[in-house]
Amino acid sequence: MQSEQNGRRGQGEQPLLSLKGITKAFPGTLANDNVGFDIGHGEIHALLGENGAGKSTLVKIIYGVLKADAGEVIWDGQPLTVAGPAVARKRGIGMVFQHFSLFEAMTVQENIGLAVTDEKDRKVLRQRIIEVSKGYGLPLDPDRFVHTMSVGERQRIEIVRCLLANPKLLILDEPTSVLTPQEVERLFETLNKLSSEGCAILYISHKLHEVQELCEHATILRGGRVVAECNPKVETPRSMAELMIGDKLKPPERSKPDLAHSPTRLEVADLSRASDNPFGVDLDRVSFTVKGGEILGVAGIAGSGQVELMAALAGETRMTDNNDCIRIDGEAVAASSPAKRRALGAVFVPEERNGHGAVPAMTLAENAFLTAFHRMKLVKGGLIQTRPTEDFAADIIQSFDVRTTGPEADAGSLSGGNLQKFIVGREVRQEPGVMAINQPTWGVDAGAAAAIHQQLIDLSARGAAVLVISQDLDEIFAVCDHICVMAEGHLSEPRPIGDVTVDEIGLLMGGLHDQSSPPLEEETSAGAGA
Amino acid sequence: MNGIEWIVPLVMTVITASTPLLFAALGELVTEKSGVLNLGVEGMMLVGAVSAFAVASSTGSGTLGIMAGAAGGALMALVFGFLTLTLLANQVATGLALTIFGVGFSALIGASFVGFAIEPLPPLNLPGLSDIPIVGPLLFGQDFLVYLSFAAVIGVAWFLKHSHSGMVLRAVGESHDSAHAIGYNVIGIRYLATMFGGAMSGLGGAYLSLSYTPMWAEGMTSGRGWIALALVVFATWRPGRLMLGAYMFGGITILQLNAQGLGMDVPSQLMSMLPYLATIVVLVLISRDQTRIRLNAPASMGQPFRPAH
Amino acid sequence: MVRLEPRQQHSQAMVYLSPVLAIIFTLLSGLVIFSLFGKNPVTALYTFFVLPISTVYGLTELLVKATPLILIGIGLSIGFRANVWNIGAEGQLTIGAIFGGGLAIWFHDSESMFLLPAMLIAGIIGGGLYAGIPALLRTRWGVNEILTSLMLTYVATLLLSFLVTGPWRDPAGYNFPESRTFPDAGMLPIIMDESRLHFGAILALLAVITGWILMARSVIGFQLKVVGLAPAAAKHVGFIHNKLIWFSLLVGGGLAGLAGVGEVAGPIGQLLPSVSPGYGFTAIIVAFLGRLHPVGVVFAGLVMALTYIGGETAQIEIGTPAAVTGLFQGILLFFLLASDVLTTYRVRFGSPVAERGGSS
Repeated sequence: MQSEQNGRRGQGEQPLLSLKGITKAFPGTLANDNVGFDIGHGEIHALLGENGAGKSTLVKIIYGVLKADAGEVIWDGQPLTVAGPAVARKRGIGMVFQHFSLFEAMTVQENIGLAVTDEKDRKVLRQRIIEVSKGYGLPLDPDRFVHTMSVGERQRIEIVRCLLANPKLLILDEPTSVLTPQEVERLFETLNKLSSEGCAILYISHKLHEVQELCEHATILRGGRVVAECNPKVETPRSMAELMIGDKLKPPERSKPDLAHSPTRLEVADLSRASDNPFGVDLDRVSFTVKGGEILGVAGIAGSGQVELMAALAGETRMTDNNDCIRIDGEAVAASSPAKRRALGAVFVPEERNGHGAVPAMTLAENAFLTAFHRMKLVKGGLIQTRPTEDFAADIIQSFDVRTTGPEADAGSLSGGNLQKFIVGREVRQEPGVMAINQPTWGVDAGAAAAIHQQLIDLSARGAAVLVISQDLDEIFAVCDHICVMAEGHLSEPRPIGDVTVDEIGLLMGGLHDQSSPPLEEETSAGAGA
Repeated sequence: MNGIEWIVPLVMTVITASTPLLFAALGELVTEKSGVLNLGVEGMMLVGAVSAFAVASSTGSGTLGIMAGAAGGALMALVFGFLTLTLLANQVATGLALTIFGVGFSALIGASFVGFAIEPLPPLNLPGLSDIPIVGPLLFGQDFLVYLSFAAVIGVAWFLKHSHSGMVLRAVGESHDSAHAIGYNVIGIRYLATMFGGAMSGLGGAYLSLSYTPMWAEGMTSGRGWIALALVVFATWRPGRLMLGAYMFGGITILQLNAQGLGMDVPSQLMSMLPYLATIVVLVLISRDQTRIRLNAPASMGQPFRPAH
Repeated sequence: MVRLEPRQQHSQAMVYLSPVLAIIFTLLSGLVIFSLFGKNPVTALYTFFVLPISTVYGLTELLVKATPLILIGIGLSIGFRANVWNIGAEGQLTIGAIFGGGLAIWFHDSESMFLLPAMLIAGIIGGGLYAGIPALLRTRWGVNEILTSLMLTYVATLLLSFLVTGPWRDPAGYNFPESRTFPDAGMLPIIMDESRLHFGAILALLAVITGWILMARSVIGFQLKVVGLAPAAAKHVGFIHNKLIWFSLLVGGGLAGLAGVGEVAGPIGQLLPSVSPGYGFTAIIVAFLGRLHPVGVVFAGLVMALTYIGGETAQIEIGTPAAVTGLFQGILLFFLLASDVLTTYRVRFGSPVAERGGSS
């Protein structure tokens, strides 16, 4: 099929992919409810929706990882039963997952060879990897081990793996959540090139400005249903967002804080520490301060040292020979235990709520006890005070609108958004003087995210110092007063949020990576080799 | 000439002492590489030993005995696989259950065979080749199972490093979610790897009851299954190093058995402690290199795989 | 088509029901096994499970066997909650017997009322120290405690064998491998006339109560549970993993050591090459069968004790081999693990809703 510019569909033109009535239920949720739309050849089509709208489920059905309960998939005019990803790949469907399906302890070539099985000759495969990756501006070294590569580089493996199978449809699930703004630009160049060659793109995202830049067709999902189809280049971000969320949008309320006379409540000075994880990032002279009433945002792509920073702040890792580098309300704590730091009124919310911030197999009451037992005085004589603990948990559930049956419910039975509301609520209810939170609203639906943002703002308004570490720049710009960027274990100088542009932040986020990737080359004689 | 000829019988006995360990550990290595931790090796070895002995004694055929040993071990592994891969039971607890069951089951079956004697497996004795001095009896005078163990080491090493299926197995052990997302049948591959491990443990047990000490006695593996588990860790999941470790342990066993003859006046029970103490020492030595372990250990080992459908 | 569907929440009912299911299935298997051996299955089951406890003496024998199982089971269940897998309780039991029994042998002429308490304490210390070895290896060098504690079991058994055939052999014993018998001051008092039921049963009861308070109400119990369920969360709030590993192993080892000295100062009365028919291993099953809960451990201990005396009775009455006991125990654990799946999953029959429209 010769290319039509961005897949403008003519009359009587048969779509490449046609979905009809796709329905899929999981215990407790209806993930997809009678979903249907069309994608034309070479078209770049966006699938929009908030977290939990059913986008990932739908594409997993297209790719054969999940089986639909009902509905039809029509591919190139023929009904298609996709028994598994291998079948999908053979038909010409490629998928780049949000959570990469890569093998850290294996090389690029092995990772690709596991999915591209029709090329048995290793030497030929190696050559093709080098050629194709370079040709699309995503160069790869076949012999590198995945665990040595950055997140952006790993995504290249995923994409090249798909490209080697000559796809007619490439599905990308939230590809830009792990990229710097510059890397996003490069990705878009690659996608446009693919589209002009006749490959259709199904682009899943909740980032409206990106979708506007890239796509001319969009299907919007909400609560598992198709609520609209539109042309993003014609719509406004606001109208699309309202369709996605289904509510009139309300930005979080905050008044500009007067920090001139506020005390410094959290102080980090020259924090340097090698990571405990052989695949981790070493912290290098990280320094910043947060005043009472201030919200400081730390931006950065995944794997820049946020996990290490959080662990150092919370006391999971300690600086035994340098107690001064972390101070809470003036007191040196870098060598102290987590218990000591919490006793001083600092609270922490780690990135992963399942197994780190909360224990899924324990009740909400027990989870409440987990971090609050000292500050809320829930222990007497080495024994747990069950009544006060349950009351505390019930209070959190009530005040923070956590949808659950009560303090005796297992934490694992809550939805992502509700569990995150509970965890944040648990910490806020302890009236801390300092809060550090990593990825506050990751994987959380829009309603819960808004509630959490408001809680953080209100907490800072009561005089607490709040540190927000996030990979979501929109979130940081919405909530924080100052912003600094973490890249490869270094932290940039904090700047007021009004003074910076997304581009500047993007460059800082990229660190050194940008220099390693050459610009996309057209097939001209100026291109070396290939 | 007489100076070095004593080496030959010594090396031969070390090889025979190491063979059961080599079989069992090699099988467990493949199982673990696929991401499954099967602690039931001791139980599977015992079931293999009693199956092999019972069949060989009843039919007079060593070959049938060997096959029965492998089948017995594989069957036990199948039960383990069903519990842990399909019913998603805890792998540690199920492995222990397998051992406890295997000990009891083998004792029960073997009760009617205690005291029986059979002909040990014959040495291969390839004409002409076995007569070469020193190398001859060493390399060509052992029984079939010993050579099978050599072949197995080479086969497993090649399989893991150079074959596509071996790469798939490693991938499943490395990240079962990723392997599933690409479309591989994680559960099926793990069933195969587990049953292979069971068959190998069964062969290890069969070697004990058919060749090493051709008889059956309750609990005759004496903890070799557990030592095999330690050997896999020691070898950091690499077949070559595994072979080294197995022969080292064979050497210790022989040393302990011959201590009195070598003039060491230590009570027999204390000498018998050697292999177990050596296992502990070996584990400590290898555990100190946590980085090497983290890089080589199959990352998803022991975690149950729950695919969404 | 049969499918497993994850439940929203742990089924509390199944937590209590699955041990019952496991026992029922084991009994059914027993019917099959006995038939295969040419015995009348119903009579055999009766001989195995009902006959032994049909007399008062039988009941006391049940408690005598259950005592060490419950003592060790409590200790193991605490450790298993924290994901500390002490498989070497049999070895810790043996060392406890050696320590306590050693005192009795050393002071074989004593009539002091302090001898027995000293022996009990020595047994606890012995078991605790021996469990301290895997604790040290795990906390210091990250060595898996399953393998180390197991290896040490073999070492302990060999040590005991060495002692009773060598330095501690009874000089008046006709060269049998056994120690001299303990003095009366070194024996646990019998608490029920005409039986072998001894003070150890009271100690077991105390262990159950203490264990319950510890796990259900105390902060340390909470820490153990969190460390077992979510080690990252435990680290985050500052629960010290190493300290909890030590605690688990010392408690498990101490109780196993107490069980050991209880056996040799109770029913056995001296040191022999074997002082336990595998209590340390059976206690693992007791812990699981009892859902790692002190009250459950009591019931499970009684059930497993029954398999022991049932096996003995059946051997005498109808000539079944001794190994049948071990077989039943293994089968019980298998069925328990299998029926446990029903606490987190639901069984569903039939395929998911069929696809509408064409599919080929």
